[in-house]
Amino acid sequence: MPAKPSKPQVPGLIKGLGVTLRTAKETIFPDGMLKPPAPSKGAATVQYPREKEAPVTRARGVIALKEENCTACMLCVRECPDWCIYIEAHKTLAPPRREGGKPRVVNELDRFDFDYALCMYCGICVEVCPFEALFWSPEYEYSEAHIADLIHDRSRLAQWMETVPDFEPYESGSEQKVKKVPR
Amino acid sequence: MTGVLSALELAYWQQTTIRLLAGLVAVLLLTGGVVYLYLFKFVSFMQSRLGPMEAGPYGSLQLLAEVGKWIQKEDISTKDADKFIFGLAPAVVLVSTFLMFVVIPAGPNAVMADLGTGIYYVLAISSLSVIGILMAGWASANKYALMGALRAGGQLIAYELPLVLGVLGVVIQAGSLNLQDIVYAQSNGEIFGISAIGNPYILTQFVAFAIFMIAVQAELTQTPFDMPIAESELVAGYQVEYSGIRFLVYFIAEFATAVGFAAIASTLFLGGWALPASWGFSDTAMHVIGPINVSIKAVFLVGVVFWVRFTFPRFREDQLQRLAWKGLIPLALANIVVTAILKVVF
Repeated sequence: MPAKPSKPQVPGLIKGLGVTLRTAKETIFPDGMLKPPAPSKGAATVQYPREKEAPVTRARGVIALKEENCTACMLCVRECPDWCIYIEAHKTLAPPRREGGKPRVVNELDRFDFDYALCMYCGICVEVCPFEALFWSPEYEYSEAHIADLIHDRSRLAQWMETVPDFEPYESGSEQKVKKVPR
Repeated sequence: MTGVLSALELAYWQQTTIRLLAGLVAVLLLTGGVVYLYLFKFVSFMQSRLGPMEAGPYGSLQLLAEVGKWIQKEDISTKDADKFIFGLAPAVVLVSTFLMFVVIPAGPNAVMADLGTGIYYVLAISSLSVIGILMAGWASANKYALMGALRAGGQLIAYELPLVLGVLGVVIQAGSLNLQDIVYAQSNGEIFGISAIGNPYILTQFVAFAIFMIAVQAELTQTPFDMPIAESELVAGYQVEYSGIRFLVYFIAEFATAVGFAAIASTLFLGGWALPASWGFSDTAMHVIGPINVSIKAVFLVGVVFWVRFTFPRFREDQLQRLAWKGLIPLALANIVVTAILKVVF
């Protein structure tokens, strides 16, 4: 059984009133009561369209596409739980890797659409991509007036590639992990 | 200016119209101000946010925007609703609210009807809103609305008693039911021979003041006592089927009642419109100072109500009834007995 507190306790009801009043004071007068009130500085919130908070760099905002790495292997399409990725590609010839070799047969993307109305941000596509073509980006401002416009195409996905944060080296002892390097 | 005004001989209907318009403007302005000041801003600051900032400077026109939105909304009701009663219910609540202001004095002559039994009238007319709420709940043809209305009925009747019994202490001390007489009794009174601040009854009747404010909180169904509109159980209680302008009427009534009860509390306990008589202001000056004085006190007391509302979580239904019947009513009765004994002794 815990020892009884020796000091007389402030009743919880009064204490609660004090908490709300103190929060109000700290919001209205963030620099102390003698300075002029500045609620927009004291508030914990930001006024969104005018001020913006930078999300943490590894935030799961949107999935970006590095087009040149994509081989249209369709792994992401098949693993996606709600079927929100659409890929179309055709076979084409690329110059040989070594002098005098055969031209290589590669897939060239025709279409890489991502339906963000369906996407549930599970990140399985990012995990499963063996060629490091998909990356998480902290970008979050891509809402649309119409739900059909939330299908974003490869050019938009490639633009988001610029917002992908640079790779930070893994901590020591975890070098075996596959490195997912955006650039 | 006063010469011109006193030279005017107005017919009874003209006087009544002017008083009605002035009262309506004053009530709506105070209500809107209170909603902006406390519901939009002070509460936001207590939650470390800014509240509305877009409509007008610092969001000051937000309420007008809200009213415009509500007026545009479609007026719908359920299929089985009793349309006539359903439409009448908000009006009953609003009328009971506005009738409260009839006897609240704001100056030596600034009172719409100086009734001899003013405080009795206020307490009687404010409990009319229970009928409006029960009508709303019954006519909505919705079980949540009915449950909410029944809870509201039980709660408002339970807290009507401590409200009345708390006021009785003041009435005994002032020796009158008339609100003007109670104001003058505080203004001319003295405590232990000191008349510098008159005798605001909050000093001698602080128990009655506490009981009155708790009962007012419950009468307004503000948060520690908002069981009738508990959103996690009853969606919105008796308001659940109301939309658009009818909901707006409930909204106005809720906050106008808050202002009304705060004005009555400031009249009963804080000295009302009057400054202490020993300060020596003339009646002419009090015509200007009085309304401002009582408004400031009322707005301050509404602030206390909102402060409590946004601090505490909700009572359970049985706790709520227990507080009224086992806590406040015996306390109020004891207060009456003590006040009566002391009144006779001194």
